[in-house]
Amino acid sequence: MQVKIVSKNFDIPNSHTLEVAKKNGRYSTIEKLFTMDPDDVTEEVVKSGLRGKGGGGAPCGPKWKMMPKDDPRPSYLIVNGDESEPGTFKDRQIFEYDPHLLIEGIICSSYAMNIHDAYIYIRGEYKFWSDRVDAAIEEAYAAGIIGEKVMGHDFPLNITVHRGGGAYICGEKSALIESLEGKRGHPRIKPHKKECEWFFGNPATVNNVETIASVPFILENGAEGYRAHGTKSSPGTMLFAMSGPVKNPGVYELPFGIKMIDFLETLGGGMQDGKKLKAIIPGGCSCPILTAEEVQDAVLDYESMWDIGSTLGTGGMIVIDDSANMVEVAKNLIEFYHHESCGQCTPCREGTSWIDKILKNILEGSGNESDLNTILDVCHTMNGKTVCVFAPAVSDIIVSIVKKFRHEFIEEFNKN
Amino acid sequence: MSTFVYTQEKEQEFQRLIKKYPKSDSMLLPALWLVQEQLGWVSPEAMLFVAKKLGKPPIEVHSFASFYTMFNLKPIGTHHIELCKTLSCMLMGSRELKQHIKQTIGIEPGQTSEDGLFHLTEVECMGACGGAPALAVNGKYHENLTCGGLDELVKECKSCK
Repeated sequence: MQVKIVSKNFDIPNSHTLEVAKKNGRYSTIEKLFTMDPDDVTEEVVKSGLRGKGGGGAPCGPKWKMMPKDDPRPSYLIVNGDESEPGTFKDRQIFEYDPHLLIEGIICSSYAMNIHDAYIYIRGEYKFWSDRVDAAIEEAYAAGIIGEKVMGHDFPLNITVHRGGGAYICGEKSALIESLEGKRGHPRIKPHKKECEWFFGNPATVNNVETIASVPFILENGAEGYRAHGTKSSPGTMLFAMSGPVKNPGVYELPFGIKMIDFLETLGGGMQDGKKLKAIIPGGCSCPILTAEEVQDAVLDYESMWDIGSTLGTGGMIVIDDSANMVEVAKNLIEFYHHESCGQCTPCREGTSWIDKILKNILEGSGNESDLNTILDVCHTMNGKTVCVFAPAVSDIIVSIVKKFRHEFIEEFNKN
Repeated sequence: MSTFVYTQEKEQEFQRLIKKYPKSDSMLLPALWLVQEQLGWVSPEAMLFVAKKLGKPPIEVHSFASFYTMFNLKPIGTHHIELCKTLSCMLMGSRELKQHIKQTIGIEPGQTSEDGLFHLTEVECMGACGGAPALAVNGKYHENLTCGGLDELVKECKSCK
């Protein structure tokens, strides 16, 4: 079931050191890279159908093409390693076990877009992992892999780790750039037509860690090699994570198109003894919840998940068993969103706080059915009326829990 | 008011990092991290110091620091316990750990123990869902934690002070 493209070296002892990494194929694409025209590199990534693995699933190649051509300003690559979506712990594995793969990916991507400065924004809590990436970067500088020349080629490249400060919203790409510019992480208003991002007014591209780490494989094996895995519209693989009361929680690299239940039963080891599956939140907590029944037919690719009214997100699945009270689950998640709302837009700032209060009342025994209508109403007000997709995500998950597990809320009211 | 300055080592690190960015504004996060590594928290004096260093109004530094929850704007205990409370950890027993901390160390989220050794913060998802329930002590992750494991950890912290 597993296809190891990004995770190929994860199990090798000391895979994070340059010596072991090189022995196991890291930086082997660089020679080929410099024989290619930068535009051909981008074209190969476009053809591969590589999609952003941070949650949105937007195609990577076309994003690169949005970088302005022959612009006199310096361009920047910003790698998003803020990984804060509950249930998601995949980029962490790349930092820990194969930081040189990430550096190799940054070299390839920077060459394609003629970029000479890259930043890796890593969430503040990941101190151990940002130190590890820092150490790998130091090794790469010392070995002449990056710096004034990339492995002897006339192409300078600097890579810097930028450590976050504990704000979930900084995983939103424009908030991340704001943070990198020394400001509060407030997402920016989106342009009316698609364009690149801007870092201090200079062109920039923001890509997820795993996306960048997938690029060397594509260069080595060609777009077709990547498309040999996964489905037609979701080619390749993804680091899927599983957490909650299953026997083998963890991160597993799978091609797109695997049935969710097969993943749970085989690699996940099934539910822990005595526990029964109640629901799964499929790709980080911002994706609409699936009931145990829906899980039976769910397939792990973008389109299949949209078809059943959810999203694939980051691929970080939270498995919920039958002992969990879904009102408590909803309360737990709304506390998260209430805490993490950046406060910029009123519907989000007030809406998360309001739903938090309503759910608190319900759990304290003073709720009634009209509360559910209020929650749905507040969610409706939050959806689509804010600068970023944080509020729509809150709305999606809360509405899905209230609608699919309405009976549990009613039971909660009847306890009084 | 006492003043704050970086130690020589932190000053060198600041000078190394500032060259990495097109504008010094980007240094706000790294500069505050250097402060917190040195002091254990970000004091008002340190914010004035950073503001001066980066040519920013002090209020901007405060506004920034107060947005990022990892910066301690008050002094905290020697061992900072950050207990993850988000969904996977809740399902796997973070509430039991919180209760256990209350019973054994006597602190609730936001409190520091009387001897000043421990400070507890409940945090949102730390990205340790596969090892839930998880907590960090002074930034170091401890996963798949049981109440027994927590006792061991507390003992270890007490012995190293």
